[in-house]
Order: sequence, then C-alpha cells, then structure tokens
Amino acid sequence: MRIRIKFRKYGPMKFIGHLDMMRYFQKAMRRADIDICYSEGYSPHQIMSFAAPLGVGITSDGEYLDIEVHSSMSTKEALQRINDTMVYGVEVTEYVELEQNAKKAMTMVASAEYDVFYKEGYESPKTVDEWASIIEDNFWKKEEFIITKKTKKSEREVDLKPLVEKFSVLEKDGRPCFNLQVSTGSVNNIKPELVLESVFKTVDVEFAKEAFQIHRVEVFAYDNSENLVPLGAFGKEIQ
Amino acid sequence: MTKLALSDKILMEVEKPARYIGNELNSVIKNKDEVDIRFAMAFPDVYEIGMSHLGIQILYDMFNKREDTWCERVYSPWPDLHKIMKEENIPLFGLESQEPVKDFDFLGITLQYEMCYINILQLLDLSQIPMMAEDRTEEHPIVIGGGPCTYNPEPIADFFDIFYIGEGEITYDPLLELYKKMKKDGKSRKEFLHEASKIPGMYVPSLYDIFYNEDGTLKEMRPKYEDVPKTVKKQIVMDMSTSVYPEKPVVPFIKVTQDRVVLEIQRGCIRGCRFCQAGMIYRPNREKKVERLKQLATEMIKNTGHEEISLSSLSSSDYSELGELIEFLIENFHKKGVNISLPSLRIDAFSLDIMSKVQDIKKSSLTFAPEAGSQRLRDVINKGLTREVILDGAHKAFIGGWNKVKLYFMLGLPTETEEDMKAIPELANEIAALYYDTVPKQERNGKCQITISTSFFVPKPFTPFQWAPMYQPGEYLRRAKIVNDTVKAQLNHKSIRYNWHQADVTLLEGVLARGDRKLSKALLYIYEHGGFFDAWSEFFNYELWLEAFEKCGIDIEFYALRQRPEDELFPWDFIDCGVTKEFMLREWHTALSETVTPNCRMRCSGCGARKYLGGVCFENKN
Repeated sequence: MRIRIKFRKYGPMKFIGHLDMMRYFQKAMRRADIDICYSEGYSPHQIMSFAAPLGVGITSDGEYLDIEVHSSMSTKEALQRINDTMVYGVEVTEYVELEQNAKKAMTMVASAEYDVFYKEGYESPKTVDEWASIIEDNFWKKEEFIITKKTKKSEREVDLKPLVEKFSVLEKDGRPCFNLQVSTGSVNNIKPELVLESVFKTVDVEFAKEAFQIHRVEVFAYDNSENLVPLGAFGKEIQ
Repeated sequence: MTKLALSDKILMEVEKPARYIGNELNSVIKNKDEVDIRFAMAFPDVYEIGMSHLGIQILYDMFNKREDTWCERVYSPWPDLHKIMKEENIPLFGLESQEPVKDFDFLGITLQYEMCYINILQLLDLSQIPMMAEDRTEEHPIVIGGGPCTYNPEPIADFFDIFYIGEGEITYDPLLELYKKMKKDGKSRKEFLHEASKIPGMYVPSLYDIFYNEDGTLKEMRPKYEDVPKTVKKQIVMDMSTSVYPEKPVVPFIKVTQDRVVLEIQRGCIRGCRFCQAGMIYRPNREKKVERLKQLATEMIKNTGHEEISLSSLSSSDYSELGELIEFLIENFHKKGVNISLPSLRIDAFSLDIMSKVQDIKKSSLTFAPEAGSQRLRDVINKGLTREVILDGAHKAFIGGWNKVKLYFMLGLPTETEEDMKAIPELANEIAALYYDTVPKQERNGKCQITISTSFFVPKPFTPFQWAPMYQPGEYLRRAKIVNDTVKAQLNHKSIRYNWHQADVTLLEGVLARGDRKLSKALLYIYEHGGFFDAWSEFFNYELWLEAFEKCGIDIEFYALRQRPEDELFPWDFIDCGVTKEFMLREWHTALSETVTPNCRMRCSGCGARKYLGGVCFENKN
C-alpha cells in the first residue's frame, strides 16, 4: 500500500538540503520500524519519493513524501513512532493511505504557498499599507507582468500573472509579511523570491535576499474537479 | 531551542552549513548549569572526516554518561568559514551548545595522523586560546591530546597541557575527579597539571626538561620534580566485552566518510608486521565476545537507522568467532535491507563465500595488501602473505565471478632493491594472466581490472623499523617510475592500472612522526604563514614547509633520512607501550636477516605485552 507523509521543517533544520533530508527520512523509517518496501538487487533502497524539493534556508509546514509499505500501523501510531525518533526541527503531521491509482506526489504538484517575511534585525523600507497598494497597483491591476527568467541554459520572457494564484501582504511582528501562492512543479516552477524581486523593482527597492525568511505554508495539486487542494487531501487516515 | 553561533547570513554563505549547526540525532544536550565539567572533544579536520572517527564516538558516549560532565564535539571549520570567523572575531564553538570552546573546562584533541598537526593550531587560534601551553592562564581550558600520534607527542608538546597515552576508556574518570576536586578547592592550573602527571598514562610535557647531545639527538628527558614519573605507561582496556561502547552513536545529516554503524570486533593484531605502528601499540590483541557484538549491532542499527554495518579491526579474519558473527548479521540485517561491509578480510574460500552473499560480485573488488612485491621483502616486513596464497585466493575469486582486484604495496621499505620494485607489477601481471587462464572467454565479464596502489613507507615510533632511513621525494618518485615502466612493459598492461601516493607529503609525515620538540616552532611558522588542512592536496603547500624548516633550523636529513644508530635515545622512549625496545631491536635484526617471526597465536615472541595479563597472550590458558 502507498502512504503519503506530511512534515514540517523548521529551526536549524532549514540548513539541511533536500538530498540529506531524503537520507534522513530513510534512516528514520528504519528506526520507526515502518514496514517499508525495498527495491530488488544487492543494494536495495526504500521506495520513497518527495513532492517538491525545498531550498536550503527555507522553512516549511507543508512538505510531503510518498512511501510504499507492505503493511501499516494506524495513522496515530505511525505518527507517534516517527515523531519519537525525529530531531528538533522535523515534525510529521500527517500519515495517510493513498488510493491505489493515485499519482505520485512529485508528478502532481501544481502550486505552493509561501510566507516571506523580514528576519529579525532587518527593517522594511515601506509600511505594510504601502506594500499592499504597490502589489495591487503594480501587479494585480496590470494586464500582464512580464519578467525575464534566467536559467543555467537560457533566458526567456515569462508572464507571471497566470502563474501567481495569490499575492498579498499582512503584518507579522510589526513588519510586512508577504503571502504568495505560485506555480510549482515540472511545468512552471516559480520561486516566490522571483515574484517579490520583480515587484520590488517596480518601486526601485532592492530585494536583499538575506533579509528575508521564506516559509512554505502548503503544497497543492489539482483534484478531479480541477480545484487546488493540499497534497494530503488525496489520502485517508488509517484507523 | 539552541541559538546558533553563526548567523543565517554566514550559514547561507558557507559550503555545507550542516557542518556547524549540531542538532544531529543522538547528540547530547544538557543543562550547562547542572554539570561541573564541560568537555570539548575535537577532531582537527573537517566535519565529514571527524564524524567518521570511532574513538570520538566512544569517548563522547562515555563522558556524557557521567552526570557531572557535558561533552560536545568540535571539528575544524573549513577554510571558507575560517576566513569569516577570523574577520568577524567569532570564537570557535561546541556543536551542541553552540557556545565558545574557550569557556569550557577541557579541550580534547584527537591526533590520528601527522598531517593534521597544523589544524591543531587552527582549532586553538579560532577558539581564542593561546597556542603555546605556557601562555595559558587560569581562564583557559586544559588542552589535552590523545590518539595514536601521542605515541610520539614531542613535535606538538608545546601546544598541549596534557597528553593521554593509551586507550581513552580507562583513565579519564580519575582525571576528571581530580579536576573537579582541585577546581572546588581553588587550586591553580599549575597545581592541577602537577597532580595530573601522577595519574598513570598522563604526560604533562611542561614538567620535563629536555637535554640534547651536540649532534642534536636526545640526551635526557628529566622530570622537573621528583614526584613526576620518568616513564609514562600506556593505558589499555583489558575486557573489551564489558567496556563502554556507544549504543546510540550520533547520526550526521550530511554524508560523511563513515556513514554506517561501526562495530569494533577486536583491538590489536596478532600479526606483527614490522612497519605497522597500530599492530604494536595496540598489543595485546583483545577480542570482544560475539554475544556482546550481536547485542551492540542490534541496538546500534535500531538507534541510528543506518543502512550499513561495518566490522572494524586491524585484521578481521583473525577474529575467532567471525563465522558466527557474520551469520548473525546476514540473518538479522542483510535481509532487512542493511548492507554488510567487511573490510580487512583475508581472501580465502571462507571469506569469498561470505562476500558472495553480501556483495554484488560484478561491482565489488577483491583487496590484497601484500605490501611488498617480492617474497624476500615480504619476509623482511613480516607480512605472512605468500605468492601462492595470493594466487590461490585470486583463482578462487575468478571462478566465483569476480574480475576486479586491488593490490596495495609500499615503496621505500628497508632493504628494497630494484628487483623488489619490479616484483610489484610482475605479481599483478601474474594475477591478470591467471584470470585469462582461469575464466573461459565466453564466461568473462570483460577484461579483468587490476589496480596497483603504492604508498611510500614512513618509519613510525614503536615499530621495529623506527631505526630505518627515508628518502628524498625524488628518490620515491624514481621508484614509482620503475614500477610504472615495468607495468607498461608487461603483456597484460591493459588490465593493470597503477596509482602512487604523493612523495613530498610522505617525507613530512616522516619528519613529524619521529620528530622532537624543536619542531613546534616550524609548525607555528607554517600556521602563521597561512598553512593548514595539509591532509587536503588542494591546501598542502610543500614550499611553505621547506621555508619553515629552513627558518627554524630543522634539518630533514637529521629527522628522516639518516639510519638511526641502535643506541640512540628516541624522543618517545619515555613512553612504556608494553612492547619493549629490546623486542623491537631484535625484530629489526630479524628483519635484516629476512626472517619471519610467527604470529601471536602460533608462538609468543616475548614482545613484552604479556605484562597486561590478558588478551591473546592468555588465550586458552585459563
């Protein structure tokens, strides 16, 4: 059977990269005695895949991985056992069984929501209200919002408007906190800092990367009725 | 939550920030207000190397079992972070508490190889602790060294307050008790060090006056006080089965060199290879009971979730209950997706059978370490392996489906001739020919691949070769060229690859291995002129070393190149490692007469280690 696990990543764990998180969870599965399936061969590996890699430095409440198991304990017990063997900064929050024909988390990811806010010791050059009207006037009210997206290989023009689901600003600890939901995954992968950097540019404010903490809130996929729902919604709890 | 010592900005700037954040599974967090002793345990190399070291895991576990002590880990910051810490004046910190090492009670530094000596100075400097022991005051930690290099601590003696000679499991308790008591009584650093020197195994270098002869050799090492011992006795564990071992080793987030459960099955070696320091200083050979190993393996796999378990010892094939242990590991772990790795196995029918069960034959290779190419030279070094045994092992392996063979040798061994050098590729060629004779064309999985690696021999203290001369780098390279030319001239040269080690590093290792206190000035010079991480070829700077030697009057000829007279007093002779100088001298003579000495199980050769009243010396003699 197939299981989808949701976890949070915070504190010092934000400095642990994607590949190392995969290794971390492989060892954790063994410690928690999850009856996970292995591939064939002389150096068997666990059947495990992650939804959307998280960059170093980013925290998250919405990380997902899929595993295949021979048998499973209840959701409650599995959560308990896995969390008993976690380090500070990783917490497993969901453990659900997927339907037999459910797509892999990795292939279905469509968008992700982020909070981007100033770290302690950094001040915003504008107030929350100022930012709110800049976002409204310079982004939402525009017909299109063309930027140049640079990759290792090429440069291309992209219209951000259809790729941004949500974009607003609210107040957190007296400072602005930007909330964005952007296209994620293999088709259109937009990083929240790219959107912010582009909008900051319209008012000649430099987007200083080190000033911001990026926090992923949730990862979404389209359900059968073409609605964006959290990846965890594709499975059921095990009693 | 612990506040990190480094800012987000710095951590995002440096390579592999996971090296500096701690928080790993099974790392130990205590309340600093509830402990009496804070101990920083350092490995003077980068995290990935240091985290792979078994000794620190053992001591970390042992110290933290004490309620009054909190032991934390420290590794050398990589040059990128080093630069930032120097610029921003950030003191080096313990990974667990993220607090400055300079506020700890002890800074322990493990000394595993000579080429990390400059990194000791980096650790001290970044910790903001004076590099010279004599400049430290009451507010600085006690700096204590341990590990194999302490069997000649003299080149780095000026940087340490204490050296612990021997295996760490034994004498730390009395040392910490003494420290606690004297600290409470308000005694000074000086008074503590004087008292500590009376604990067996503790060497306090500042309490000895050193006198030299006119030719630069050591004349006398004289304790400054009557109650300071003239000889320091190594400390060893006599019951390996009850001694402390980490059932919950720390599990790193990033991939380190030794990313697996390490199960130490025995300490010491019965073989007596004359070049091997470990084979002498860890005498007598002591085994762990198989029942204890089964229990440890089970606990450690459960507590770490590692996907691999590896046996550790100098010669695993000599462990008397190996068959039972491996059967247990295969039965209990291999079937649950845990790989089993078996280094240092002798290649024979038994080991080939095991390896075929736990490895992918197509991918894995066989390893032989004949160390010398000719039988004559193998007799000189007392490496029991014969040509027949190697060929027989290779023959069986080829039939079993293997086609990759690795061969390890040393160049520059005492008495080596051109014939001995040429015998190295000749042996490889013979193995290749054997493959083509043994395996019919249609059954071959491509060509056979034979890899020859040669290192250059470094004479080490407490070995029968401690009197032997070394050579200039050019001479080593000339020897490697002879091997390389011979490889190329052979029939099966397309099946043979040859790698050789760096020659200039080897020579420096030799200078440091048998050096004395006069070297410390040169080490300081090197660090102050930007040297460190010498074990990494991208940072190693031979010219800087030569410059330092010249400025500080260090003569390579004197330390490494001359054959030492038999009556010379060595800087390390004040250490009693059980194996006597008489035995080593006898072995030196036996070596020169090309005669083999039987191993400890065949016959006792009276090395002196019997005085520890245990281990192989007393096997089957209850």
